Amino acid sequence: MRILLFARLRDIARAGSLERQVPPACTVEDVWSALAAEWPELTAFRPALSAAVNAEFAPFSALVNEGDEVAFLPPVSGG
Amino acid sequence: MTPSLLGISADPLDLTSLVRLALDDAPPGRFGAIATFVGTVRDQNLGRQVSHLEYEAYEPLAAKALDAIGREVAREWPSVRLAVRHRIGRLDPGDASVVVVAASPHRAEAFQACRFAIERIKQVVPIWKREVFEGGQAWLEGATADPADAAARAVALARARGQLEEQAG
Repeated sequence: MRILLFARLRDIARAGSLERQVPPACTVEDVWSALAAEWPELTAFRPALSAAVNAEFAPFSALVNEGDEVAFLPPVSGG
Repeated sequence: MTPSLLGISADPLDLTSLVRLALDDAPPGRFGAIATFVGTVRDQNLGRQVSHLEYEAYEPLAAKALDAIGREVAREWPSVRLAVRHRIGRLDPGDASVVVVAASPHRAEAFQACRFAIERIKQVVPIWKREVFEGGQAWLEGATADPADAAARAVALARARGQLEEQAG
């Protein structure tokens, strides 16, 4: 899968796009937990985070499949 | 191909062009009221002198989020034609970051739809701005984007109807 990180999340992980293998029965929450384990500074963002799978908003309980694009969205500031 | 009424652009925004686009295929005089909003980069924020902003978007989702806002407007104000352009990239103080056009036969709906649209844009569209100011830089963080959040949509609607006390930001 491809993981997209935006804004401050990208700064912390030093990458806006990451390629990762998808374990069986993997949820968006699992993907996030793995990232937060790699970069603990991400952990604090979880309460305010949104997620998307294949460019559609998705709950953290959503399942992730091989070839999916998962995006983590910090609080938005458009306008 | 006619450009979409709702979209993201890296080019400088132009209100007149967006109004023209919104009115493009309508018979002359169909819309008695054209309400518009232009958001521009302020030179001061939180006591800081702003050098410039950098806007970024998750573009495929941002396009869908704008379309969803278009559907919300159509549901609430069926007579309104909505056009939105949000800019991304580097913007300097005074530059327009977002333009909203709401055209309708009558002004009440046009004003309300225009206000609703900018409130929803700030709530649910995956766009972020990084402020570069004298002494540093910071990503600005607003709402956690959740288009299904009915309470947030209700706030946007109340603001559009002038039912909420005004607040900065």
